[in-house]
Amino acid sequence: MSVAFTAPNRTNRIPFQPTLHMNPQSLRLVRRALLAFGASSVVLLAALPSRAAQPTAARPAKEVQLLNVSYDPTREFYQDYNALFAKHWKAKTGDDVVVQQSHGGSGKQARSVIDGLEADIVTLALAYDIDAIADKAKLLPVEWQKRLPQNSAPYTSTIVFLVRKGNPKGIKDWGDLVKEGVEVITPNPKTSGGARWNYLAAWGWALKQHAGDEAKARGFVKELFQHVPVLDSGARGATMTFAQRGLGDVFLAWENEAYLALTEFGADKLEIVVPSLSILAEPPVTVVDKVAERHGTREVAQAYLEFLYTKEAQELIAKHHYRPRDVEVAKAHAKEFANVALFSIDEVFGGWRKAQKTHFDDGGVFDQIYTQAAAK
Amino acid sequence: MPPDAVVSRDLLALQRAAYASARTEKPWVRRTLIGLALTFVALLVLAPLAIVFLFAFEKGRDVYFAALTDPVAWSAIRLTLFTAAVCVPINTAFGVAAAWAITKFDFRGKSLLITLIDLPFAVSPVIAGLIFVLLFGLQGWLGPWLVEHGVKVIFAPAGIVLATMFVTFPFVARELVPLMQAQGAEEEQAAMMLGASGWKTFWRVTLPNVKWGLLYGVILCNARAMGEFGAVSVVSGHVRGLTNTMTLHVEILYNEYDTAGAFAVASLLTLLALVTLVLKSLIESRHLKPLKAKLAREARGDDA
Repeated sequence: MSVAFTAPNRTNRIPFQPTLHMNPQSLRLVRRALLAFGASSVVLLAALPSRAAQPTAARPAKEVQLLNVSYDPTREFYQDYNALFAKHWKAKTGDDVVVQQSHGGSGKQARSVIDGLEADIVTLALAYDIDAIADKAKLLPVEWQKRLPQNSAPYTSTIVFLVRKGNPKGIKDWGDLVKEGVEVITPNPKTSGGARWNYLAAWGWALKQHAGDEAKARGFVKELFQHVPVLDSGARGATMTFAQRGLGDVFLAWENEAYLALTEFGADKLEIVVPSLSILAEPPVTVVDKVAERHGTREVAQAYLEFLYTKEAQELIAKHHYRPRDVEVAKAHAKEFANVALFSIDEVFGGWRKAQKTHFDDGGVFDQIYTQAAAK
Repeated sequence: MPPDAVVSRDLLALQRAAYASARTEKPWVRRTLIGLALTFVALLVLAPLAIVFLFAFEKGRDVYFAALTDPVAWSAIRLTLFTAAVCVPINTAFGVAAAWAITKFDFRGKSLLITLIDLPFAVSPVIAGLIFVLLFGLQGWLGPWLVEHGVKVIFAPAGIVLATMFVTFPFVARELVPLMQAQGAEEEQAAMMLGASGWKTFWRVTLPNVKWGLLYGVILCNARAMGEFGAVSVVSGHVRGLTNTMTLHVEILYNEYDTAGAFAVASLLTLLALVTLVLKSLIESRHLKPLKAKLAREARGDDA
């Protein structure tokens, strides 16, 4: 029911023109209300936390803020590393550096940076996600990966299997994943970096198994994804699905994430199985040039990444179950990592750009086999 | 259930009818039905609520308070309160204006306005968030211009406020429109005939008539503003200490295997929601009391 504010007789219309008929008292009220509204919005705008306010250079100890946009399983590592670097930077320059963190599936994080998340540094799961930032948003040069040693990857990792205690399904190698009744947990290769390494590791194993037969490798990976009941968007979500919610028989995990799950959920509940062959995962790091220049943080951002290669940082890397690059540190911690044969993405797939285009872009091999797998 | 006069009156009539029919049922039927309803409520509402607090205190009081006083948690709490403090007044002002325009006047495009007000209810919060990414993102329409001028909207508190405002936009208007429609415009017409200005009519006649409905709308709007997850998650960028609201902070803590911390923050959100609900029932009872009295008088025939 709607009541119009007009009398039925048009000639007898009640005049309704508030501005014309307004008495001085209500005018004052309107003015006061407008003033109050204006004043409150100014106060609110001023209260908005802003990173634009840079401290002046003249002050002896300035505070520098960095934003490190990273992928899912590095949460614990960078929390420790940020403290270590802050101490180092304070000793070196006298400045305080506060590193803000953002974590999520690697692809999703790259998407956010492309859409304007102001990362001074990105530390993602794989090179292609940084390539995407260079290609789509032009925030850094295409040749970014040559700027730091060892493909800009200060630590490496690999893909292992996490199974329930006692390995009830008897999973030993990639071939066992497609056995009758085995459920496999992996995140979505579209959004998660770890999942793309999982996928390529499986492909690489099958390729070797079938003497380089691409069709057979494709058949194996397709069959593998028929055993996947749910795709989480990031590695951490998938860990929760497997360890907390108890879904699936085997979880294809980053080596470091698998060790972390053992500590968090107990070695009496889960165990790690190392396959015969896996992939050398190189999670790269780089400065996002345009953002760092705008923030005036280029120097500290660069130092933040270079410090990752020092002995001190490499020790921390090993402690968090990433494989250190430093030869001596790696040797000292050799016993903590399974001795598994690793192949690199360049050897088998001709680099990330090519692998991404063939397998993970829209309409690529993953889309084709996953829709087929889902249709079954 | 909106507390407008007509619906409340129907409700009371229904209640009376229900009581009457309940008395005609056999006692065991009544008891079974009541038991079923209570079990259902206990399983679906009370148990999860209890679990939130149980898990929050799982590792003791110290861990609980440490999780709440952590600087990152504190910044999430502040951001949530700030967002609500901006969204609720603005949406209230808008809601009142829209409801007043819709119910007291006829104008072209009125049905379009009503539809537009409902839009945020119909659109999924994720889409709501993406709209703002497409608009203000670096690859979006306004993004490059904003960056050039050093204005940060997306992945900043401003974006979170905008997304929340979009999602909570309809609550006040939706609450007021049926109420004001039911009340009609007679009293305003009378006030104007007696020479009151439009502004005075609004303050002296319209607003007092709808104040309980308005408060109810404000409370619902506030509850949603503090609890929103989907839209905020899309525009946040998840920078801890800067762009995480309480709901996002709960997710992060949970994903970091910090169950006690996650549930501690969740329990604070739950407490805020409980306070809101208590306020709501207080307002409802105050709103219904005069109505009940009036109905009782009518039933006795005094009012005629």
